[in-house]
Amino acid sequence: MNTQLLLIQVFNGLVSGAFYALLSLGLAVIFGMLRIVNFMHGALYMLGAFTAFALGQAFGLGFWPSLLLAPLIVAGIGMVLERGLLSRLYGLEPSYNLLLTFGLTLLTQDLVKQVMLSQYAVSSAPYTPPAVLSGVVNLGFVVFPKYRLFVIGLSLLICLITWFVIEKTRVGAIIRASTENPGVTRAFGIDVGKWVTGVFGVGVGLAGLAGVLAAPIYSVEPYMGAELIITTFAVVVIGGMGSILGSVITGFAVGVLAAIGAFFYPPIANTLVFILMALVLLVRPSGLFGLPEGAR
Amino acid sequence: MTVIPRTAARTDRERMTRAAWLIGLGVVLLVLPRLIYPVLALDILAWGLFAVAFDLLFGFSGLLSFGHAAFWGTSAYVTAFLLTHGQSVPVAMLGGTGAALLIALPIGFLSVRSVGIYFSMITLAFAQMLSFLALQWTDVTGGENGLQGFARPGFLGLDFSDSLTRYYFCLVVFALGFYVAYRTVRSPFGQAQQAVRDNEQRAQSIGYNPARFKFTAFLISAGLAGLAGSMFTFGHGVVSLDVLNWRTSGEVVMMTLLGGTTTLFGPVIGAGIVLLLRDVLTTANLPVGIVTGLVFVLVVLFFRRGVVGTLQHWQRRK
Repeated sequence: MNTQLLLIQVFNGLVSGAFYALLSLGLAVIFGMLRIVNFMHGALYMLGAFTAFALGQAFGLGFWPSLLLAPLIVAGIGMVLERGLLSRLYGLEPSYNLLLTFGLTLLTQDLVKQVMLSQYAVSSAPYTPPAVLSGVVNLGFVVFPKYRLFVIGLSLLICLITWFVIEKTRVGAIIRASTENPGVTRAFGIDVGKWVTGVFGVGVGLAGLAGVLAAPIYSVEPYMGAELIITTFAVVVIGGMGSILGSVITGFAVGVLAAIGAFFYPPIANTLVFILMALVLLVRPSGLFGLPEGAR
Repeated sequence: MTVIPRTAARTDRERMTRAAWLIGLGVVLLVLPRLIYPVLALDILAWGLFAVAFDLLFGFSGLLSFGHAAFWGTSAYVTAFLLTHGQSVPVAMLGGTGAALLIALPIGFLSVRSVGIYFSMITLAFAQMLSFLALQWTDVTGGENGLQGFARPGFLGLDFSDSLTRYYFCLVVFALGFYVAYRTVRSPFGQAQQAVRDNEQRAQSIGYNPARFKFTAFLISAGLAGLAGSMFTFGHGVVSLDVLNWRTSGEVVMMTLLGGTTTLFGPVIGAGIVLLLRDVLTTANLPVGIVTGLVFVLVVLFFRRGVVGTLQHWQRRK
């Protein structure tokens, strides 16, 4: 057995795990706090990548400014959608959020496809990593692309910050109060509506960030979020819906397990996550880190 | 979900309206292939039955399956596989339906234990598992290429190379499927199923086992979705990975919502509207995804009763 190759696989697993973690973290924040199932998450991830590409084309903006700006733009789009559309469905079953965002996904994907074809005459565009991150690093036991290591590191950092803010700070306390008991929170003079919109913005901003990070690895195309979102949903179910910690740990774990699985039997790469999900559900219907339904 | 209580005995007027709907739908379906091309008409039958099957679970049990493509697609592949291996049309269709029922056993068992959005995500993930399986298992499914060019041997003197004959054959199958759905909803089982949907605790306290009702409803729904999927394959003579795509699962939800949930006629009408709309858009070279996405959004936001549901609502207010 080639240990070197297996190690490279593990690192690549960590890279895809980084994307699962960022995306399912965003979903967990939005579902855990607002009870919204955001099917549009994959499309917003794609919008993040596309915005970075479009900013580069239109204004010559490089990777670093885009890394900051594109997630903000995506967050802005998300907040407009939350205020204008999603907020009309509060009080109804969460299924309607799922359906609305499914419709928005179809809409967004084809809209971006039209724009890409008419503005840039491409259906998928390449995006190069910044010069400082191109090339490889010799880790002693394995040689690995710098940019991919950067993705793993940044994703870990962002996940840690998000977890810290929500679980340990006053801001997190206000958010949790706003969603668990809006009436009382309002009585303390807190504008619950604004906080809800803000949380949604942060959640989809994470998706936008994942999109920008993905642009130099996978090419930018309108359907790049379509398959990824389904895997992310499976990650969220395994981790326990709404669990911040669960989504991050499961995200990375699934990435690595799928990569190791693929090392021994390549066809299993994309299916392993769903097999894992079925197994976990047999034992724990509410996921590894989820509370049983009704316990909230 | 617009919940319309249906526990009281029906009045004569309601019975009349129902008969009028039934006759109206029957007449439209009989002349349909003369108005539009037969393959599209057959699509409406197949998707219509698929939507009815989906609504049996969504409208009447309150379970939003976001992975119903699993049963439609499995049956489509098995039907195509059997036809490729020289089986007759009825055998292939029954085989497809049976396969859909068979995979519904484990999927249903695992997913009906969850409710609400958990149920949706789990069904979605199972459908995705089958989709990857279809992609990998090239020997049986043809992978990216799908299966095509299979024979459709004649049956009882019917020549299935003629698309009109295929349509009317499928109309009979559709009528059978629709009848099963209709009887299910009207039966004591259907009434209990709706009781479980409306108030699970109460239904349980009078001695019903909610899990068992959901599971049975899941199986009936999956079987009918399978029957619809085999009709679809039979109609087109091709099967591709699309049948297991998550968009397929979403589209059947859209058709049902647009037509009106808990109405049985609604899903068929919704399927008709969506397919005709898509046909017009494609012919006019307009972006299909943008328009259907927009319709979906508008229906969820402003038109949750759907076409038939809205008509019923007006009629009740009179």
